[in-house]
Amino acid sequence: MLDKSFYDKADEIIANYGTEPKWLIPIIQDVQTEYRYLPPELLTYIAGKLNITEAKAYSVATFYENFSFEQKGKYVIKVCDGTACHVRKSTTILDQLYKELKLEKGQHTTPDMLFTVETVSCLGACGLAPVLTVNDEVHAAMTPEKVTALIKELRGEN
Amino acid sequence: MDYITIDGKSVPIEGEKNILSLIRKAGIDLPTFCYHSELSVYGACRMCMVEDERGRILASCSEQPRPGMVIRTNTRKIQKYRKLIVELLLASHCRDCTTCTKNGSCELQKIAFKVGIHAVRFLNNRKQVPIDISSPSIVRDPNKCILCGDCVRTCAEIQGVGALDFAHRGSNMQVQPAFDKPLNETDCVGCGQCRVACPTGAISIRTNVTDVWDAIMDPNVRVVAQIAPAVRVAIGDQFGFPKGTNTMGKIVAAMRLMGFDKIYDTNFGADLTIIEESKELAERLQKNENLPLFTSCCPGWVKYCETKYPEFAGNISTCRSPQGMFSAVIKDYFAKADEEEGKKTFVVSVMPCTAKKGEILRPDNFTDGRQDTDRVITSVELIRMIRQAGIKFDEIDSEALDMPFGMASGAAAIFGVTGGVTEAVLRHLSADKGYKALSQIEYSGVRGNDDIKETSIMLGEREVKIAVVHGLANAGKLLESIKAGEAQYDFVEVMACKRGCIVGGGQPLPVGPRTKKARAKGIYSVDRESQIRFATDNPVIGHVFEEVINGKEHKLLHRNLH
Amino acid sequence: MLKNRQDLIDARNQAKAKMEQEKFRILICAGTGCLAGGSAKIYDKMCQLVKDAGLDVDVEFGAGAAHGPNGECPSHSASAGNVKKSGCHGFCEMGPLVRIEPSNLLYIKVKEEDCEEIFHTTILKGEPVERLLYERDGVKYKAQEEIPFYAKQTRLVLKNCGHIDSEHISEYLAVDGYSALEKVLFEMKPEDVVDEILESNLRGRGGGGFQTGYKWKQVARQAETTRYVVCNGDEGDPGAFMDRSIMEGDPHKMIEGMLIAAYATGAQEGYIYVRAEYPLAISRLKIAIEQAEEAGLLGDNILGTDFSFKLHINRGAGAFVCGEGSALTASIEGERGMPRTKPPRTVEQGLFGKPTVLNNVETYANVPMIITNGAEWFKGIGTEGSPGTKAFAVTGSINNTGLIEVPMGTTLREIVYEIGGGIKNGKEFKAVQIGGPSGGCLIGDHLDVALDFDSLKKMGAMIGSGGLVIMDEDTCMVEVARFFMNFTQNESCGKCIPCREGTKRMLEILEDIVAGRGTLEQLDILKELGEAITDTALCGLGKSAALPVLSTLRLFRDEYVEHVVDKKCRTGNCQALKTYVIDPEKCKGCSKCARNCPVGAISGVIKNPYTIDGTKCIKCGACESACPFGAITIQ
Repeated sequence: MLDKSFYDKADEIIANYGTEPKWLIPIIQDVQTEYRYLPPELLTYIAGKLNITEAKAYSVATFYENFSFEQKGKYVIKVCDGTACHVRKSTTILDQLYKELKLEKGQHTTPDMLFTVETVSCLGACGLAPVLTVNDEVHAAMTPEKVTALIKELRGEN
Repeated sequence: MDYITIDGKSVPIEGEKNILSLIRKAGIDLPTFCYHSELSVYGACRMCMVEDERGRILASCSEQPRPGMVIRTNTRKIQKYRKLIVELLLASHCRDCTTCTKNGSCELQKIAFKVGIHAVRFLNNRKQVPIDISSPSIVRDPNKCILCGDCVRTCAEIQGVGALDFAHRGSNMQVQPAFDKPLNETDCVGCGQCRVACPTGAISIRTNVTDVWDAIMDPNVRVVAQIAPAVRVAIGDQFGFPKGTNTMGKIVAAMRLMGFDKIYDTNFGADLTIIEESKELAERLQKNENLPLFTSCCPGWVKYCETKYPEFAGNISTCRSPQGMFSAVIKDYFAKADEEEGKKTFVVSVMPCTAKKGEILRPDNFTDGRQDTDRVITSVELIRMIRQAGIKFDEIDSEALDMPFGMASGAAAIFGVTGGVTEAVLRHLSADKGYKALSQIEYSGVRGNDDIKETSIMLGEREVKIAVVHGLANAGKLLESIKAGEAQYDFVEVMACKRGCIVGGGQPLPVGPRTKKARAKGIYSVDRESQIRFATDNPVIGHVFEEVINGKEHKLLHRNLH
Repeated sequence: MLKNRQDLIDARNQAKAKMEQEKFRILICAGTGCLAGGSAKIYDKMCQLVKDAGLDVDVEFGAGAAHGPNGECPSHSASAGNVKKSGCHGFCEMGPLVRIEPSNLLYIKVKEEDCEEIFHTTILKGEPVERLLYERDGVKYKAQEEIPFYAKQTRLVLKNCGHIDSEHISEYLAVDGYSALEKVLFEMKPEDVVDEILESNLRGRGGGGFQTGYKWKQVARQAETTRYVVCNGDEGDPGAFMDRSIMEGDPHKMIEGMLIAAYATGAQEGYIYVRAEYPLAISRLKIAIEQAEEAGLLGDNILGTDFSFKLHINRGAGAFVCGEGSALTASIEGERGMPRTKPPRTVEQGLFGKPTVLNNVETYANVPMIITNGAEWFKGIGTEGSPGTKAFAVTGSINNTGLIEVPMGTTLREIVYEIGGGIKNGKEFKAVQIGGPSGGCLIGDHLDVALDFDSLKKMGAMIGSGGLVIMDEDTCMVEVARFFMNFTQNESCGKCIPCREGTKRMLEILEDIVAGRGTLEQLDILKELGEAITDTALCGLGKSAALPVLSTLRLFRDEYVEHVVDKKCRTGNCQALKTYVIDPEKCKGCSKCARNCPVGAISGVIKNPYTIDGTKCIKCGACESACPFGAITIQ
């Protein structure tokens, strides 16, 4: 059971849309924006409000890559691995991030909950390849050295 | 009349919605995994593909027939593709067929043999996941799932439950409850219709065969069996009898050979139910409260109502199901003998139903804290036991049930089909017990396969409005219309499974339209051929009420609702 | 609130007059690319400079304008000039871009520090800042339109991108925006509109090239009267950003196209489905819809007519397959984005089971100009079977990465060498991947084929949404095929067996091949699987999933064979097929390589040449970067 404030927030978000099943995705997107993850309890709660089965809501939430049931770090770093970025060696950027943040393969978030690293298929900023975003802010023409500097800078802010 | 040409043969279009139906009508058994005429078209298995005159490949399950179309179902290209698709499925599938419960009745196995697969060129590197045995009714082995979605659509579309759904996507896709919870922690009602739809061993019956054998072999245990009405018309065809044949005599003989001590008829329990439930209806009508009265025979329905529509839970009859009443009576009946002989009575009920396995564990079905029915085995499990015992079912002579609970009315027998409970109650309530009255009730609209059937009778001055519904999604619709004030009834019979217990989750497969029809016919002929057509005409009933129940109606025949 | 036709005409004239009064206009590109390059800071700086100089400058135009992420310059009553954030110019390689009007100067790679010079030299003195001009082959280009990148293009759909501020509806009105809507509402019957689009032979820009007018006609004739207009802005092909640029740079053009489609087909409601990865496009669209609603161009009784239309935005949630029509509508309905079998088709039973017009962003953006200029005009552009222009995103190993628009029928050579400025670093052209993971490869032989829907289909490729990824001699085609298969496999919805299981097996084989474990037999299985998936998958995306593999197998079979037989990758891209060797001539025996090797594969005696044990080497390259003498090379 989550704190009551979570359910109040969910009610508020639901009120912005309505309780028709078609609003499920926008509602859980807003919840995820609010908490940077989708608390499973809230998914169940919202499913009840929208009168859809819990299995269905879970089915929808696990279909789309953007939803995460696990808490994400303060900085969500998305490394673009679109064609243009791939051709311009985005893999080395990702490797460098993993190295800098000491993440194991299959691990996405640092234990201090500061960073989450994900890949994304294309950010559409192909002219600036390779790119990554930090909480939606685009960083262009990345190199492993720039990655090191970026992480240092982000750490410094804390 | 419009025609299409299938493999050079002209086939008339007679209202078929898709080419697949026409192909099957033309006598070609095109294999499919995901097509079921009662479910929405999913179109995922691609096995039903055909080639048109322009060389285009079409999925025949979703393609509408257009007059003049020319299609071929068996070109070299299609043969190759079909084979490759099955090979791909097998590549990610456990191939230990010999130890699989579905061995011999598995669609994947059957089709793989049909398309002629001799080797699989890919490694099975699918991640193995644990088997879910949390439910008393069914077992889910995701490793055997081919993701056809038949169970998902059955659970959502036919049963309106939606306990299972797809999760994740692509090659990580799984069928599972929300958050991969154990099935027991979901809204699953245990009806087992997912198992009926499942082409592989991914969903199977939670079996209790071993426990029953153990009890039979134990000299200190008196194993008493009761056999439900729908079982007798479903077992024979597995041993070469025509579909729907009533093989009750052979079942009794086989079970005696296995070593059951007493073998009774659940129909006796149904006769008790007819009397008790009619009494309850009369009381509620008189007091005009808690109407409509919902039947309580079907445990799938009871759980559905409690979880999805708790506001109606109080309307469900307080009567136990026929199984529940009867087991309580049996336990009570043998209590004295048990004490004298130093034995323990162990009640095994043979049911067409997987949800019954859950019903017996409900504390409201206990008597003084004692579980009345010890084990439920389904028709499928009984067939397995007959085979294990090496009994030549087709050759043995029929035998009679044990007395005193071996006698029952025909009204009880029809509990196995939709509308049967209602018809039996109507017979009981009818003042006129003549042949004409029977026929009138028969044709009052209670029989047949309409989703929701309605009828009414006059009880004195009062018109009693009755509805009969089968399939839980239909029940949900009915409850919604009652909630919305659009419909009003006094008595509602609900069966979770479409067409009733004859197509229950524990019945042998496959059950095509012809099998369903034959089983229903078999049940009605049990009634027609019965000497006793009314519950009260059962000569034993009166005796049992006096000698056994004897004032303990509430304790033995009703649910313990405190 | 514009209540009738005259109100719209007045508003347009007012907007035009205001724009004409301006002595100068500084347009700072605020597309995703240039923003990432720091164009927001350039905008702020420019505003500050203009303000400090005391120039009478108008920055706000039009009521209710939304504010950019960095706020807006203060507003003044009458305008001497204007500082604007524009949409994408397309010349992303050279960003951040600043355009100065009326002289049409285009400054490239502008930094915040350059603003002062631009202001003093160009705005105040009217002279160009030479060092910020684009230069090629010794020529400096002053006017944007003369730069070869632009000169060879025909920018019709992208006409306003980079030239107007997309966050203000008045800017769109000033360039005759919503005049096509005005024309259809007051001069044409819905069936005339359908006929005009049908006559123009406009084909869907989203990939398939299906006739837009035919779709509209089918929707218009359905018995069901609740109908929807849906815009597919789920531009998921990696390496494609045409639609993003339109949504960011000229959203009203697309909205106008949707309004016309709704009028023509009798739809009352519309949805725009945009990828979640395009936050800027989403915010610009939101602003555009709000402003259009405020202006009375969206909503009930538009311009006093009986026509009403409501528009919603849906954000994607990360599923490439939602670019497929029925998956997209399922997603809007709140379901898993899994394509469904057809029939029934989207035009009969689409969104919420109702007849639905589903086109992509670029298609809708073509509509207003067809209405304004007529079908005949449109057919005069492009090829006979594929009239009009096509926007392409040109990326990869090319000098001028960016967004271009050319008439259909333009050759690849013109795109790569004239507009694109040739291959990066003077390398050799090897291939171009067209249409993203659903498309195929074109090679040198195809450079002179006129590109349109039909010619590409014949070459076993497809236009897709228009991504062109240029690959040079250093690109391993097997690895490219693996990359695309990895993408498709990851994005497969999992519904149909051929796509779910087949792409997984194809990927496994490709992984084997690039890792040096491949066999010749596997090449046959690849082809067998590829052909089966193409013929039997449920949806368009599944059917095209194997195309990159099939087309590279056909065009570059020798490279595949090299990988599986010789265990060699000629480009050195495939890590596992690399062999590291120490050149004994260059090796000084310092032992640095041996000390850096994580698996102890290098041995030797100090001051004597070292050697690498190939059986132990994991090809990590640590030795290569450690060697101070460049003695370690890849063979």
